[in-house]
Amino acid sequence: MALQKRPVSFYFLTIFFGLFVLFLYGPMIGIFILSLQGPDGGLTFPVRGFSFYWLGQVFQEQRVGSFVEAFQRSFLLGLVVTVLSIVVSVLAGLAFRKRFLGARFVFYLTISSLIVPSVLVSLGIGIAFQVLGLPTDWFSSGLGAHLTWTAPFAFLIMIGVFNRFNPSYEEAARDLGASENKTFWEVVLPLIAPSLIGVGLLGFTLSYDEFTRTSLVSGQDNTLPLEIFGMTTNVTSPALYALGTLTTVFSFSIIIIAFVAFQFFSRRQQG
Amino acid sequence: MSKTWKVLEPYLLSTPQTLIFLLFLVVPIAMIVMVSFWQFNGYAMVPAFTLDNYIGIFASKVSLATYVNTFKYVALVWFFSLAIAFPVAYFLAFYIKDQNVQIILFLICTVPFWTSNIIRMISWIPVLGKEGLLNQLLLNLHLTQQPVEWFLYSDFAVVLGMVHLYTFFMIAPIFNSLMRIDRALITAASDMGATGFQTLKEVILPLSAPGIAIGSIFVVTLVMGEFITVRLMGGGQSASVGKLISTQIGSLQYPLAAANAVILLVVTLILVMGILQIVDIRKEL
Repeated sequence: MALQKRPVSFYFLTIFFGLFVLFLYGPMIGIFILSLQGPDGGLTFPVRGFSFYWLGQVFQEQRVGSFVEAFQRSFLLGLVVTVLSIVVSVLAGLAFRKRFLGARFVFYLTISSLIVPSVLVSLGIGIAFQVLGLPTDWFSSGLGAHLTWTAPFAFLIMIGVFNRFNPSYEEAARDLGASENKTFWEVVLPLIAPSLIGVGLLGFTLSYDEFTRTSLVSGQDNTLPLEIFGMTTNVTSPALYALGTLTTVFSFSIIIIAFVAFQFFSRRQQG
Repeated sequence: MSKTWKVLEPYLLSTPQTLIFLLFLVVPIAMIVMVSFWQFNGYAMVPAFTLDNYIGIFASKVSLATYVNTFKYVALVWFFSLAIAFPVAYFLAFYIKDQNVQIILFLICTVPFWTSNIIRMISWIPVLGKEGLLNQLLLNLHLTQQPVEWFLYSDFAVVLGMVHLYTFFMIAPIFNSLMRIDRALITAASDMGATGFQTLKEVILPLSAPGIAIGSIFVVTLVMGEFITVRLMGGGQSASVGKLISTQIGSLQYPLAAANAVILLVVTLILVMGILQIVDIRKEL
């Protein structure tokens, strides 16, 4: 059994998987390369020269609009959404460790937020604010729209986390005389910390890149994805690709930071 | 610790989450339903009851064609994303024995999901455009005399773009349900003389049905409300209900947009119910 011969299907599926990965990443790598062209570069291959000219152009306001401000908004909004998603989902996760009347209602309500087409959420919040006479803004209506997208994912992860959580640690803490509060802060929270990083990462990136749900409710000031969407119609230079490259590099850095933090916390728990 | 507190605790803990969804999901959808019966006087909505918005939609050939076109996108994207996701998930779950390799390969499939959809769409321009890589290749190989125009800004591009964006939503649940299959069942099947294909058809496929169903629900609902891919990758004639709604909002026709949104929601829910009728997904939750 040690050296089993690999069936033909293995090679076939390996090639299939390789092609899928190429399909996923190929176009993105393409625009990374194109964004590093010289000043006379165009929107298509072949590559004309090499420089950081277009990456610099992203920060020239007249060229691509107010990208920096949009980035700041999206970054701040992402942070707020992350914190709120974590807090809310941990609380709900704790609630769901016990049976209670209405648990099914809360569960299906949460899931339905993922099932409802995004454009409806955006339109609905937009109309609600209009009927109530409130102005839409990225930090009010936009924040709400983002939470309808990030909170359900956070909740589903927390349910999974608490399902696998061993309650004997808490019982031990209580037996040793720790209060309910103390048990949570000093036992439960450190144990679920690595998962919270995962929830946070997902929350932040989903919010940072969210477009459809925000599209009708961001008010006067655009978030970054909305700003980029606006540029697709009027920027016809590699500056567009350069912006794409920069924001993707940013997303990747966040993923890497979260991954390292996850490793760190998991290891500290074992040690 | 008092007894009342113990009883109330789960309610208090789940209140913030419930409030978020009541405020930003339930109330807004109720508002959509309400406004869909309002009148539109040419520049603003007027709170007076009318059925004109719905009658207008069902009487208009253009809007019916838009719905048909949206269904076409749903069917095509569903088919291709399943056709890609199943082999990929199957490969990861059954052919990769090393757990670390498995996690890394799964993460490779996941990472693009964490990046901007818009950038992912834009990045197809240098590939599919008139002077794009694909056309350059075809011209160099003399397979075509003139660049093919319909690679970009067409229904083809829309479907390709959506498959690119949403296949992940199919891979994750299918992978999840494949990983839960007891490997002893497969050994048993092959011990009893089943060929690889028979095992796949009689054992693995039925057991992965809940994962396929969850993935299908995601893909169907995502495509139903889609408008950015249709905007960015579609041509002038590419239409979807989502794009129609966003255009109507652009011209401030909120009641009409709301009526379309209500129909969209009802149709989506019917599709989801249909999927749930065929497959029981409760085991997966």
